[in-house]
Amino acid sequence: MMQSVRDGAPLRRFLSSSAAIAITTLSAVAAPAPVFAQEELNALVWCDHTDPALLEPFEKANDVKVNVKVYEGTGAGLSILDQSQPGDWDVLVIDGVDVHRAIDLDLLAEMPADALPTADIFPEVRMEANNTKDGKTYAVTEKFGYNTISYDKTKVDPKDMQDLSVIWSDKYKGRIALYDYYLPMIGLVGLGLGKKTSELTEADMPAIKEKLAAMRAVSKQVSDVVSSQTALATGEVDILVGGGEWITAVLSADKPSLDWTIPEQGAVRWAQSIGVMKDSTKQDLALKFVQYILSPEGQARLATSSCYWAMPANAKAGEFLNDQQKTALRFSEQAEYLKKTQLYPIPSAELDQQFQDAWTEMLQQ
Amino acid sequence: MADAGTLTSATALEDADRRKAWGFVAPALLWAAAFFVVPFAFMAAMSLWKREGRELVRVWNFDNYARFFSENALFQGLVNSLEITVIVTVISVLLAYPLAWIIAERVPKRLQRMALILAILPFWTSYVVRSYSWLLVLSKNGVINQMFMNIGLISEPLELASTRTATVIGFVHFFVMLLTLTIYSNLIQLSPNYRRAAADLGANAFQTFWHVVLPLTLPGIMTGAFLTFVLCIGDYVTPQILGGNNELVLPQIIMLQLGRRADFPMAAALSIVLMLAVTVAYVACARWLKIERA
Repeated sequence: MMQSVRDGAPLRRFLSSSAAIAITTLSAVAAPAPVFAQEELNALVWCDHTDPALLEPFEKANDVKVNVKVYEGTGAGLSILDQSQPGDWDVLVIDGVDVHRAIDLDLLAEMPADALPTADIFPEVRMEANNTKDGKTYAVTEKFGYNTISYDKTKVDPKDMQDLSVIWSDKYKGRIALYDYYLPMIGLVGLGLGKKTSELTEADMPAIKEKLAAMRAVSKQVSDVVSSQTALATGEVDILVGGGEWITAVLSADKPSLDWTIPEQGAVRWAQSIGVMKDSTKQDLALKFVQYILSPEGQARLATSSCYWAMPANAKAGEFLNDQQKTALRFSEQAEYLKKTQLYPIPSAELDQQFQDAWTEMLQQ
Repeated sequence: MADAGTLTSATALEDADRRKAWGFVAPALLWAAAFFVVPFAFMAAMSLWKREGRELVRVWNFDNYARFFSENALFQGLVNSLEITVIVTVISVLLAYPLAWIIAERVPKRLQRMALILAILPFWTSYVVRSYSWLLVLSKNGVINQMFMNIGLISEPLELASTRTATVIGFVHFFVMLLTLTIYSNLIQLSPNYRRAAADLGANAFQTFWHVVLPLTLPGIMTGAFLTFVLCIGDYVTPQILGGNNELVLPQIIMLQLGRRADFPMAAALSIVLMLAVTVAYVACARWLKIERA
């Protein structure tokens, strides 16, 4: 008898599950059929391209579903491409300094220059040397920003932030976070040493290492984007070296005390580029997506994407940004900032290795 | 003839049993071969290549291993990993054992399941979210510092976040739950007759625990400790979020090789080193990790 009772329980569960499935199925059949997109576009991107507010207008206008995969670091992105089949990806977003790595690997397709709003892009970030090869356009800068100094203006003297040497001075010892990416950080060190980022060589390594050690000694932590934002927002640190509008702008509404500046010596500028994959079977649609991202409207959405804010490369995007957004991005001050900043270093593979080793060494100190 | 016939049929039965056994084991072997042995062989082979500039040099050499042992920053990653893992394992065992014992021995049987669910409740939240939550709790303006300052215990906030202490706290919070489960499952299988016999022989409560209960629950402790070791030494998330990069553990150094430069050979070599550390831990615990038939 007991046996039959125990046996009955799974049967009831099965029947109730079946009923639930049947009801769900019937509901699905009875409900209006969802409209499925006709085509799909696969984009390998940075996290700012995942915002539905950015993608949905393009998807609706073109009856397409944009599938995005996020990666961090060019090495990781190229590895994903290496493990993919030709044609798997249609669009690639890549660090502006690494476009030639992708071109050399024959990953990017040539795009018709006349189909792109290159003339509307801030001249300083057009970066023809990076985005083109032999006169052919393979990528276009879509967004840029600065690796500079972010700080809490209620906790530090903003005047001190105008001098880059603050990053290795004792004045704010234990209240500084360092952004964990060696390329822009070594670029900043170079600027602090009076060197242009494009002119850093192996001979500068001893001085760079010395300054990295000095920065380490006065810092509280070395952290990624989220941890850096958390540290600034919670008051764990008062200064973030390597930060910029992309760290503080998104927090501007909740934490108006957070600010950023470009010191007298200048700062480092980063840029991200977008291109069409050479093996894409949807070249036209992929180009359409690139054009949408580069349009003033698409640029405004990308600039204020939920993952991180940064300057739109297209100067006309200002028409689609509200005053609060423009203030957070310092839209009107870009002319001055662009003059004062330099693209971060583009080292040879050998120098890149030395940069990384110096950074690892610093982290272990 | 009859004996020979019996022998033949016995051998045939043994052969059939052996084939059946292989049939049962084969899926597991194939699984292990496909998802462990083959990938491991690829990784081992790749660790003997090297990256020169942007090129992958597919010539076997030990350069990556030589770099690991000669560059202090890389070798220190292993030292940090081992130190943190040992500290976490010891603290987790010390906290989990009394908790498991209380649940198994002091909580009424009908409430034990509920107590276990409560003990493992933190497992239900995302690992990353839990780590960031700890970061907020341990920060200068976090709950702990604010509480200590409010009751006058400290005048300045303690430096808790972005330290090794924070990493250890984050790990211990996670692994105490795991160890509680393994130790509890061992404790409830222990027959009360052992304790009764010890009492009959004149042992007091402490002597019974020390000489009878503890040795008999060692397999549970060691199983949990080994799992803790394996999961802790290979973890990237907790040190990355809570440690503030103030010291790098080996998984962080592995990630550093991949992020920008895609130096897979070096990352593979470091992964092999990590695996050797786990193998050594297994050998050390093997005595207690034997799977035996009851």
